[in-house]
Amino acid sequence: MKINDVILQTVTKIVVFIILTFGVELFLSGHNNPGGGFIGGLVLSSAFVLLYLVHDIETVHKGIPFDFKKIAALGAFLAVGTGIGSALFGKHFLTQAAGHFTLPVFGETELSTVLVFEAGVALTVVGVVVTIISTISEDV
Amino acid sequence: MNNIIAMPMIIPLLTGIILVFLRHNTKTQRVLSILSSIATVAVSLVILHQIQQEGILRLDFGGWLPPYGILFVADSFSMLLVATTSIVTGILLIYAFSSIGQQFEHMFFYPFVFFLVAGVNGSFLTGDLFNLFVCFEVMLLSSYVLITMGGRKVQLIESIKYVTINVLSSWFFLMGIAYLYGTIGTLNMAHLSVRIAEVGQGPLLTVISLIFLIVFSLKAGLLLYFWLPGSYSAPPTVIAALFGALLTKVGMYALFRVFTLIFYHEPIITHTAIGVMAILTMIGGSVGALAYNDIRKIVSYNVVIAVGFILAGLAISTEVAFQGAIYYLIHDMIVKALLFLLAGTMIYLTGKTKIEEMSGLIRNYPALGWLFFITMLSLAGIPPLSGFIGKVFIGQGAIESGSFALLIVAFASGIFVLYSLLRIFLNCFWGETIINEDDDVPLKKGMLVPCILFAIMTVAIGIGVEGLAPYVSDAARTLMNPEIYIEAVLQGNR
Repeated sequence: MKINDVILQTVTKIVVFIILTFGVELFLSGHNNPGGGFIGGLVLSSAFVLLYLVHDIETVHKGIPFDFKKIAALGAFLAVGTGIGSALFGKHFLTQAAGHFTLPVFGETELSTVLVFEAGVALTVVGVVVTIISTISEDV
Repeated sequence: MNNIIAMPMIIPLLTGIILVFLRHNTKTQRVLSILSSIATVAVSLVILHQIQQEGILRLDFGGWLPPYGILFVADSFSMLLVATTSIVTGILLIYAFSSIGQQFEHMFFYPFVFFLVAGVNGSFLTGDLFNLFVCFEVMLLSSYVLITMGGRKVQLIESIKYVTINVLSSWFFLMGIAYLYGTIGTLNMAHLSVRIAEVGQGPLLTVISLIFLIVFSLKAGLLLYFWLPGSYSAPPTVIAALFGALLTKVGMYALFRVFTLIFYHEPIITHTAIGVMAILTMIGGSVGALAYNDIRKIVSYNVVIAVGFILAGLAISTEVAFQGAIYYLIHDMIVKALLFLLAGTMIYLTGKTKIEEMSGLIRNYPALGWLFFITMLSLAGIPPLSGFIGKVFIGQGAIESGSFALLIVAFASGIFVLYSLLRIFLNCFWGETIINEDDDVPLKKGMLVPCILFAIMTVAIGIGVEGLAPYVSDAARTLMNPEIYIEAVLQGNR
């Protein structure tokens, strides 16, 4: 029997974007407020999990044709890379730098290498969570 | 600032990550693995040499000074183990090329080997107790993947036990860390040592130290080794060799570090407990090594005996005994890897696992037979091979400190090791050959060469022990005098 889930699918179309926005908000607020790469990554991956639940795996893979294992590896690479980057500049391993820049839209903004590190963490979390969920679902 | 001492962890980590992207490109994976192993070995030897010139090195991550930041500390003891780990892994990878098979190579075998090595090297190098926990987890998670890789039924059965016991012990570890932080208020190992020396190791702290003893005993296979023989005989040969050579050593390293640097004030309780556990481990391991006819079980129980033997050195706790234990640790990493490879190769060639089902292998494969003979002598501690010097020093330490029970059991266990391996040798290599010329499985060069390399190393360490002596005596001196380590880490900012 095919379950009629039109309402769920319609709501998901909107809710996914709310979740993704909230994930990015958490990710960006991380440094000084509650949040950060790990939590932001978890929220982002919950959006993908919701998509998996509402549609089937093939449909989602058609829309998001990434290998999530590689996304996890890319994230880990970014995180380790910032550590090594500081070593290349002759600083202690994992030293982070920050500076103020004037950007066109945002105005005066503080940018920091922590952002890259946290982006790596977020990508790793998304990659790992989605890989775990899709692996479990394949078994059943 | 010594960014170089993070490299033994960073190089394998980065290699592992890059290899994930090269999933289907087997040839590139192999070339990169070997290059990265060579680089790690070179870096570790450079650091080891640098320590002799400049004393203990430390690296504060992100420039946060201890005791606030997390740091890596490289002393002779940890770097000797890091260097041996890197060499052993490199040689094991050569064996993997010809034995592990395409299926494993496409299922991220190499990345996880490198993540495992990153965890092992990180555990050896870290100077922070919580960071030690993290590195343990990196190592254990990779080992969970490696033990189940391939998904044969026996692997899954053993991995459930292995995962359960390790998750439980990690939980105990975390609990111990929480207790310690609640009592002392720091997790930097050197800072812990200073504070415990100030307040005295009262009953509360001794109980916490016993929690750590249980945790690391589970990881090292000291007395709590019930999970070890099963899970080390389930996975493919290379993975079993990697586990047998490296994993228990990390637990032993942690025991040495914690009970020489942090909890060394109540030796009557803690070190006696370690001594009793070491004796029971050696007895239990000897019984196991004689009881089974499955060659993989015999080999796994030999790991258990060695754990007891090395920790006898910690129980004795004199500088000479530490030297013996360090020599024996290095020797054991190399020879256990060799022993597992030989056992696995024998099973690969005959297709049988029970010793009474094999016979006369030396006629078909003389090189393999003689390699096994050398391994046997080396493990039994016959001079000029590498097992000898460790046994002498541990024996000398035991006599000096009057621990005769440990002395007797330790040397008796050597005889049982010899006997259990002689059983394999007599049953499998002597006698009428069971393999006729026609269906003779050829012994691949890629399998023989790593074994020969390990055999050369055990001979070289045995003969060239003079060259190793300054490093080992420096390592033992640091273990004996924790203030050297503390001074190097805190440099007066207490």
